[in-house]
Formats: sequence, structure tokens, C-alpha cells
Amino acid sequence: MDILAVFGDALRSSVGPQAAAFALVAMGLNLQFGYAGLLNFGQVGFMLIGGYGLALSVTRFGQPLWVGVVVGLAGAIALGLLLGIPTLRLRGDYLAIATLGAAEILRLSFRSAGAEPLTYGVLGVQQYARGFYAANPFGSGELSLFGLSMTGTQVWIALVGWLLVGLFFAVTFVLIRSPWGRILRAIRDDEEATRALGKNVFSYKMQALVFGGCLAALGGMVLTVSSQSITPDAFSSELSFFAFAALLLGGRGTLGGPILGAMLFWFLASGADSLLRQAMSAGGLGGTFAGGLNSGAVRFILVGLALVLFMLFRANGILGAKQRKPVGSDHA
Amino acid sequence: MPDTVTPLLHVHTARREFGGLVAVDVRDITVAPKSITSLIGPNGAGKSTLFNVISGFDRGGKGDWAFDGEDISNWSPHELAARGVIRTFQAARPIATLSLMENLLLSAQDQAGEHWMRAMFSRPAWRRREAENADRARELLARLKLSELADAPAGELSGGQGKLLDLGRALMCRPRLLMLDEPMAGVNPRLAESLIEHILWTRSEGATVLFVEHNMDVVAEISDHVVCMAAGKVLVSGTPHEVMRAPEVMEAYLGTDTEPDAAAIWHD
Repeated sequence: MDILAVFGDALRSSVGPQAAAFALVAMGLNLQFGYAGLLNFGQVGFMLIGGYGLALSVTRFGQPLWVGVVVGLAGAIALGLLLGIPTLRLRGDYLAIATLGAAEILRLSFRSAGAEPLTYGVLGVQQYARGFYAANPFGSGELSLFGLSMTGTQVWIALVGWLLVGLFFAVTFVLIRSPWGRILRAIRDDEEATRALGKNVFSYKMQALVFGGCLAALGGMVLTVSSQSITPDAFSSELSFFAFAALLLGGRGTLGGPILGAMLFWFLASGADSLLRQAMSAGGLGGTFAGGLNSGAVRFILVGLALVLFMLFRANGILGAKQRKPVGSDHA
Repeated sequence: MPDTVTPLLHVHTARREFGGLVAVDVRDITVAPKSITSLIGPNGAGKSTLFNVISGFDRGGKGDWAFDGEDISNWSPHELAARGVIRTFQAARPIATLSLMENLLLSAQDQAGEHWMRAMFSRPAWRRREAENADRARELLARLKLSELADAPAGELSGGQGKLLDLGRALMCRPRLLMLDEPMAGVNPRLAESLIEHILWTRSEGATVLFVEHNMDVVAEISDHVVCMAAGKVLVSGTPHEVMRAPEVMEAYLGTDTEPDAAAIWHD
């Protein structure tokens, strides 16, 4: 078994376009859940709106790519308002249910036969981002850096993805350390007390939901442009929970947490995948065992196990405070 | 209380029903400017409900009430705060993961950096304001004897310190009307003394105070005016002396057959 190859696969995917896309999605979730305490279980709905906003603007309406990006973001803002207006005045669980449901409704509507004239139905759209790839300065051949090889097109989309991550890291860095960010953190801790201090809590929660949703929409764009294909079923609910997993791994409510978490998440997922493939090809007892299993499912069992271990030893994530003592414990 | 001064807060009518139950149905409660007015009454009298209705936390109330001549019926808390009406809660509500200093900076009402655009694009301006606010926050922390804890997370405070922080946050808002919901509940006598001092100081700074309180000694010591409620209605209002002597007040607190023993405790 070639452990080095497993490690290489894992490392490649932790810096690849998927990881960049998930970093954006998790950064959005961090604003919502990590800082403002909003339970958004439908982050994938924002990804879908972003991805489709881009794809359909280009294919159905013949618009340039940048118009598609604007349409995707506008769609995410609209979705945020639509979900937020009825739920953000209520207790947190209502937002959770509404977002979870809305994401599924979006997926099912986009794949329905009735929506086919707009959405292309279950088959979705392929090869719609040629304009983006035409601008690729790296060519399409294999590139190699520090022993990691990646195709030029993957490098190009990964570069754009990570540049977006960097840009929005800077934006959240400034915002979270400003009085604006202080209000979000206060809302997470005690919404009523924050209202009593004259803050319009509803408005701030809405801003966090919409801004976080826009980041997820950008993540959805990067993800689908990198695979050159968009289908409704690529946006199943588990993606929302992958974003949660990445965020909790890295540390909720920390600036770097979602980025580190997304990289680690893909490192673990691809590492597990590669390990299984190696075991299968090696044959023997391990191979029989691995071959008898659905490797797609097993990789997430392994990821889940790693997550459980992380949570046991670093409950606040890698960048979170090591161990927070229970509030008030020193007065007992 | 002479009626010649225009009241700062004037509750013409306020009514709150829960299903068929009328929890509050009051008319003509006035709070004179620069006064300390206390709202007393037995448990279930509707004091806290009235507080919640006036402070915009319970939007189910009906009626009309005015602040400084302006109708503020069913305004939201942030609209009220913009006019200088600030409330606290019965239980201490420290914002746990923020430091004490951040709790106070959060409470300032004039920070333009709370808008995301200005937070992003006019950093120098909001940082200047932040520095000014921090000066005031340090003064308040010193006054409340919490200076040493300025950078500690507020979640680490004891219950009593939490009450002090709540008061500090309210003062940081530079309130015109400070509404305190049982500020002395569950605090030890020494802390209660210092809370009283801080409340008196607040008034000397120009604020008007309306507070709900159970402790009659405290009420008698600092109030200019007392409103006693029972079963959702105003029973009596007047000076502390008048109210405490009123037979209906004693009856409401102690039941109908006023035994001499009970009355003796009352006047202690």
C-alpha cells in the first residue's frame, strides 16, 4: 500500500477547487451560525441558487459570465430575505426548519419536469463556463508543484476559488472586529439583552443570513464551474451538513476556522477514499472487506469517525478555545 | 406630586390581556422628569407586564403612552433606545462571551460603525468614536468597581457583579428614562447599598428612573413617588409615606385580616 500516494491525494483535494468552494460555504455559515447564532440547515439552497443563477444566465439567456455571477448573488439575497422575514423574529428552531425545507423544495423544483424549460430538469447543464476556462492562463496540461500534480484547468479554478476565499476572509476580518461584528456576537450570546441596548436585532440577523447566503452562492458557483456540470441532485441536504462539519472542525466563531475546517474536511474525505481504493487493489483480506462495501459510503464513515475523535479532543474546533469552562463554574 | 410639571413618561392608558385574563389595565401613571419613581405591588400585580409593554418587549399591549410629549405606544425597543428609554431585566443579563469593556462599548448609542458599510469603509471615524466611548466605559467600570475585570468575559461574573454590569450598560446608553426591573432582586445588602448609590448618581446625571421593587426599605429610601399596583390596576400613588400608610396597600400585600404582628413588620 502506498501511503504516500494516499497522502498526496488527500493533500491535493485539500487545496483543490472543492475545498475552496466549501471554505466559502463554511465562511458564510460561520457568519450565520458561528457569530450570529443562526441555525441555517439549508446552506445548500443558497449554493444551488448561486450555481444555477450563473449557469442559466449563461445558457438560457446568453448573458456573459459576470452577469451570471450577479444574478446568482441577487438570487441568494432574495432567498435570504424570503427565509428571514417570516422566521427571524421567531425562535431559532423556526429558521432551522424553514431553511432545511426550503433547500429541499428548491432541489425538487429544479429537477421537476415542469421546470425543465428553465432548468433543464434532472440532467442539468454541462460545459457552460467555457468563457471562464478560455481565460485560463495555465493551459490544460498537468502542472506539478511540491510533488502534487493537478491539471491546469483545476489550478485555474482553484486559484480563483482561493482568491475569493482570501478576499472574503479580509472582509469578514474587518467586519467581525468592528462594532457591527460585536453586535452579531452579542446576539448569539443574548438576543433579548442586545435588543434592550437598542440594537435592531432583526436587521442584524437578516444581514448575517443574507451575507452568509451570498458566500454560499459563490461557493456553489465555484463548485459547479469546477466540475463543468450542474444538476439539481448535486445539491442534496448533506452538503449543508458537510459545511457544518467543516465549520465545527475548524472552530465556529473563529476567523480562520471555516477555511481550515474545509481543507481538513476534504483532506479526510479524499484520504479515506484513496485509502479504500488502495486497499481494494491490494487484494487479500483487506481488499475483500473494502471491495464488499460501497466506498462512497465508507469514506464518510471514516470522515465521521475522524469528526467524532476531533470533537472528543477539541470540542471547540482546531482554532477554538481549547476548553471553555462552564459559565459560572467558579462560583459553585 | 404636583401636576404642574409635564411628566417625562405619561401612561394615559395601557391594557394587556392574555386570553381572557386582564393582566394590566392602568390609566394615568406619570413619571416626573428627574424623579425616581417606583412601581410596587404584590406578586402577580402586573408590574413586570406593564414594564414589558412600555419598553416594547411585549407588543401585545393596547393603549397610549407618551414620552416627553411624543406618543411611543408600541414602539420597538431600538426605537425607544434612540429616544433614550432604556430598560434592564430582573435577572442579570451579561453578554457572556464579550468582555466587560465590550459589553459597555456595545451599549453606546452613537457608534456609526454599527452599520456594515461604515464598519468597512470608515474605519478611522468609528475607531475614534470607539476610543471616546472606551474612556466613558472605563469611568463607569471604575465607578462600579469592576475595573479589574474590564477584559474578562462577562460570563465569568457573579450574579451581583452581573447586576452592576447591567446597570453600567444601561448608563452607557446615556438614558433619559432608565427603567430598572427589580435591580435589587437577589443581591446582598452591601451590593444593594451600592446599587442605590449608583441609581442616585444616575439621577444626579440627569436621568429619570422608573423601577420595580419589592424591598420597601429601598423604596422608602430613594423614591420621590410610588405607584402601587394590584391585580393589574393602580391601587394608590403618591409619596412613599402616603402609599405605605394607605390601608388598601397593606391589604393588597398582607391579605384582608391585617393582624397586628404583620402590620408591625410592615412598618419596621
